[in-house]
Amino acid sequence: SVNPDLASERQTASFSVEKLTALLDGGTEQTRIRRAVVEAIESDPVFSRENQYFQTQNERYEAAVRKAVHLQKKMHEMGWTENGPEYKYIYRALSGDVAFLLHRVFMRSISVLGSDKQVAKWIPLATQHKLIGSYAQTELGHGTYLQGLETTAVFDTATQEFILNTPKISAMKWWPGDMGRSATHTVVFAQLYIHGKCYGIHPFIVQIRSLQDHSLCPGITAGDIGPKMNFEHIDNGYLLLKNVRIPRENMLSKFCEVRPDGTYVRQGSQKINYFTMTTVRISLISDEVLTPLMKACAIAIRYSVVRRQSKLKPGEQEAKILDYQTQQEKLLPQLAAAYAFHFINDYLQELFNRGYREIQRKNFDMLPELHALSSGFKAVITQHCTAGVEICLRACGGHGYSLLSGLPSLYTKILASCIYEGENTILLLQTARFLIKCFMAASAGQPVPPSVTYLAAVKHGKCPAKNKLDFLNPDIYTEAYQHVAVRLTSNTAAKLQDLIQSGVKKHDAWNQCTVQLVQAAKAHCHYIAVKNFAETVEKLETKAGIQKIMKHLCDLFALHGIFSNTGAFLHDGYTSAAQMDMATASYLDLLAVIRKDAVPLVDAFDFTDKSLNSALGSYDGQVYQRLYEWAQKSPTNQMSPAYERYLKPLLHNTLSKL
Amino acid sequence: AAAMSVNADLRRERAAATFQPELLTHILDGGPERTRRRKEIEALVLNDPDFQHEDLNFLSRSQRYEQAIRKSSLMVMKLREYGIADPEEIYWFKSFVHRGRPEPLDLHLGMFLPTLLTQATPEQQDRFFMPAWNLEIIGTYAQTEMGHGTHLRGLETTATYDPSTQEFILNSPTVTSIKWWPGGLGKTSNHAIVLAQLYTQGQCKGLHAFIVPIRQLGTHEPLPGITVGDIGPKFGYDEMDNGYLKMDNFRIPRENMLMKYAQVEPDGTYVKPVSDKLTYGTMVFIRSLIVGDSARSLSRACTIAIRYSAVRHQSELKPGEPEPQILDYQTQQYKLFPLLATAYAFHFVGAYIKDTYHRISGDISTGDLSELPELHALTAGLKAFTSWTANAGIEECRMACGGHGYSRCSGIPDIYVTFTPSCTYEGENTVMMLQTARFLMKSYTQVTSGQQVTGMVSYLNDLSRQRIQPQHVAARTVTVRINDPTSLVEAYKSRAARLVESAAKNLQAELNHRKSKEDAWNRTSVDLVRASEAHCHYVIVKLFTAKLAEVSDAAVRAVLTDLCLLYALFGISRNAGDFLQAGILTSAQITQVNQHVKELLAVIRPNAVALVDSFDFHDVHLGSVLGRYDGNVYENMFEWAKKSPLNKTQVHESFHKHLKPMQAKL
Repeated sequence: SVNPDLASERQTASFSVEKLTALLDGGTEQTRIRRAVVEAIESDPVFSRENQYFQTQNERYEAAVRKAVHLQKKMHEMGWTENGPEYKYIYRALSGDVAFLLHRVFMRSISVLGSDKQVAKWIPLATQHKLIGSYAQTELGHGTYLQGLETTAVFDTATQEFILNTPKISAMKWWPGDMGRSATHTVVFAQLYIHGKCYGIHPFIVQIRSLQDHSLCPGITAGDIGPKMNFEHIDNGYLLLKNVRIPRENMLSKFCEVRPDGTYVRQGSQKINYFTMTTVRISLISDEVLTPLMKACAIAIRYSVVRRQSKLKPGEQEAKILDYQTQQEKLLPQLAAAYAFHFINDYLQELFNRGYREIQRKNFDMLPELHALSSGFKAVITQHCTAGVEICLRACGGHGYSLLSGLPSLYTKILASCIYEGENTILLLQTARFLIKCFMAASAGQPVPPSVTYLAAVKHGKCPAKNKLDFLNPDIYTEAYQHVAVRLTSNTAAKLQDLIQSGVKKHDAWNQCTVQLVQAAKAHCHYIAVKNFAETVEKLETKAGIQKIMKHLCDLFALHGIFSNTGAFLHDGYTSAAQMDMATASYLDLLAVIRKDAVPLVDAFDFTDKSLNSALGSYDGQVYQRLYEWAQKSPTNQMSPAYERYLKPLLHNTLSKL
Repeated sequence: AAAMSVNADLRRERAAATFQPELLTHILDGGPERTRRRKEIEALVLNDPDFQHEDLNFLSRSQRYEQAIRKSSLMVMKLREYGIADPEEIYWFKSFVHRGRPEPLDLHLGMFLPTLLTQATPEQQDRFFMPAWNLEIIGTYAQTEMGHGTHLRGLETTATYDPSTQEFILNSPTVTSIKWWPGGLGKTSNHAIVLAQLYTQGQCKGLHAFIVPIRQLGTHEPLPGITVGDIGPKFGYDEMDNGYLKMDNFRIPRENMLMKYAQVEPDGTYVKPVSDKLTYGTMVFIRSLIVGDSARSLSRACTIAIRYSAVRHQSELKPGEPEPQILDYQTQQYKLFPLLATAYAFHFVGAYIKDTYHRISGDISTGDLSELPELHALTAGLKAFTSWTANAGIEECRMACGGHGYSRCSGIPDIYVTFTPSCTYEGENTVMMLQTARFLMKSYTQVTSGQQVTGMVSYLNDLSRQRIQPQHVAARTVTVRINDPTSLVEAYKSRAARLVESAAKNLQAELNHRKSKEDAWNRTSVDLVRASEAHCHYVIVKLFTAKLAEVSDAAVRAVLTDLCLLYALFGISRNAGDFLQAGILTSAQITQVNQHVKELLAVIRPNAVALVDSFDFHDVHLGSVLGRYDGNVYENMFEWAKKSPLNKTQVHESFHKHLKPMQAKL
């Protein structure tokens, strides 16, 4: 039965939960398909995550491999295909707890970077799992900065082979997933040398393990890089190459080819490849970033209406901790952010689909803007959501610290997203470079892409708000965000110019402004997120209370950003001290309003209990019983050898020796 | 790895330092003699083969518990063998043995024994203390329950007195009343001091402490009526068997209630305790330890991140030149140096609380407790402020190490998971902040009613003088000199005054609107937390600034002054809105502050490695491949990875079990 404290929260929802779920899914049909996939996966015991929190790294890895293999069978049984509508829900249903994710990256890189002949040769082998692929880019010494990679591939005209080497310890491939134990092949990125001349980084298909007995191929040293904060189920690996020879045909050659005589030929435009890399940054947002934050919110908010602590009014029952303003102030802004980023993700997806259509028509005009948006939002969303999950974790007090709450694993998983696919600070600086360029262009009256036209309209007005209700007007706060973004960009641009004019070298000037540049990039993304949320709310149907509650969340998202960064809005007097008090008052008032719908708002995410895998966050709210039951299953509750070996002597005779 | 020479980058960094790191180490330790003694104890542990073991990252939880209990038993023996009895020296010894991690006897040594000393009658001490001292009895302190933590009055365990048998009957009446989390309870202890609601003669007398045997001496099996076990895997604390305890009509003799203060007579008559002020002292002491721990944990993370950033080269700053150390990037400095400054600030705050506590404890015995309420209120807030900041700071350090920071070999994940519970235990941080706020509101009320307040809140006295003027109190013009720490202390003081006053006014406004005091308090609590934070921030800047005058060596003082300025200015930059809104600083001044922060980064840069060397963490204690003193990072990452459990066999068994059959089928 459902805990009455949780049941009562659901009775007073101001909107239709089912309708909101459909909105998040993109339609009722999508919801139906998603639920069917989740049901099929969760009812199959092979995919169970029940004992996950008790397993060792070795056990987790083995389970992930077992699931990956079983998934092939399952897909066949269910008639799911890679192009079918079900496919995108499988990963969510598995909570990502499956091996061979890099196998898909291996296949994608061959499809994108390989010649037709290479695609024809390798893709069928990979599809049938005759081989297992990985993708070896990062090295011990280099990550995001690809030009610095040190692995070498030297072309030998005599044998028509490339000779691959790891010339020094920092050149060792490090981190690639599935490479430590599973992969038989990998795409190695290496500096290409022909006749002593370096041609830069190129991709090569290298076999690393025998297809017969899985032993390492000659010249290959590979293994697992050891325990990490999470991803215990993935065998992130190292790879050391010593005079490994591969045929000339193994260099992926859609864009660059080495002819038999050693002639280097460039062909076609790399821009499409560039676009693909940009797309990856956006594609990870939904499953790797938004889902963990939404799950964390669901767990923390449900737990906060079940947990009662201390009294708000003497003589009454202890209060639900969600009734404390401080608890609301921790959790509800995270909930608002989850929705805000869901909608910005929709916006980016649509923009990228449009970009893709343009690029197919050989129109590359949108590329710089898409690149800037994907870099900036990847950084801003991963950072914001990671911090959000950690807040949820700590808001659950002691029990949040138990692995059984589900929160530690959500946190350690999401935080990796701040690093992979481009380190966040570097990505923000890329966005900043685009902003500065556009700002200069706009100032000179030249046309700029749509997302940055606002930079041209520099206004020196003041915030027009007269009372706290004015801060619930999207025009008022969107304008304020715009003002801050323009100010930070234009100030930094001016500072850069000043430095350069005073004789500082360009790169030095850039480094001296990087802290400000990062702030400008963040302000730009924050502005677009607020604006997009407000515009999305405008377009929502007014029925079933959806628009109203989304408007509240939009206001909260915007005002929380102002409240936590008052300096940016007060600076230069755009917002006055009195107005800031109004904004704060509106913000705090909203907490109490959204509080009433908090549980329905997380119910709308529609996570099953198995998917949350949390003793604190299940739908029925039977928190304490579940925590007790799960703890009893812990292997530590079997008799430990520690007693006989150490405790017994300690309790009986150790100290009598003294 | 065989002895390797020190990485050239680190050598260069150390040669370029403008001060002698040892001198700064002495200041952190409290004098050269303390440093010498710390290193002596460190050597005793590190050179002892009994304390060696495999890298804990490669062990299962059960194995880590085993290692910990093995080392703990040896530790207790050796401490006595070496005659180490000073609490701080015991702390060092323990910390080197367990490398800064918790251990299963923590609660026995840190809570069970001390509680016997302070709350047991002489008769009880005779019965329990020596056996506990000799570890025939291992005890824990069972306070928190599944349903209640910081809010102690809500605890539900009952101890009902039965005069017919002169026993207490202990019960866990609900699921939520099951004792949950006590360290060492799950597997190690055979006794527990249990906190329960005392019922006698049909009345509830509130929480009292009882000594409860839970396991059979000899077999270690749970006693009838006792259900006890481990609460399962956690984020960290793998070495610790945090446990649960459920009691069903479990009877203990009347004499097992700790009766130095409150008593239950054989007929069930309850005798009230005289005073409970002393418990204040213990809480202050434990919270002061957490402040020190915040400083140390953040220092360890900074040491790792800064050394690694000096060794790691990446990308290009100047076209055509070799890849620069990542520590040369402004964004990297901006992430790490303010944290370095924070670590130093917290060290000095921790030392201050400890000293003040010792000074006041002297007064407790002579009866002068006047300073205790303020210290109690202040330490609650400082505990929360420093642990929140360190918690976030450790994560920033890890992020600053990029991908490799995510590997357990960096050591930072371990520092984080070990440290992060201190935001919750010994008082949940938000609740702590609100305790400080309660004191601030009380002081504010005193001032508005014409009384003077003393101590760290004395700045509130200025408010009454400003009262006649209509504008914000703090809006009086202070000429802030951004190069002068003393002047910045004044700016922080004004900010605290403004936020305390603003919270007080909002609270009053809420009180005028509604009847319930608690409701009004709740509706102002976000403001109240902000006020407490501003107050704590002011105290920290003030204490750091005051410390500068005590430093005699000019070179050390110069570098500490830079750090103090960075700490203060960075705090202003981050909280610019507060200073702008109160009119303490103008937008133009904030721009100058931001600029000066960046200039200070460049000033501190040459001393960064020496400043973390001064923390003087031994490599074994640091437990990080990225933060090694010799900087030979990459070679040792490879060595470390080779020992990973997944690498035990060349071909993993799952190949034969799953991969091969699949490939055969498809």
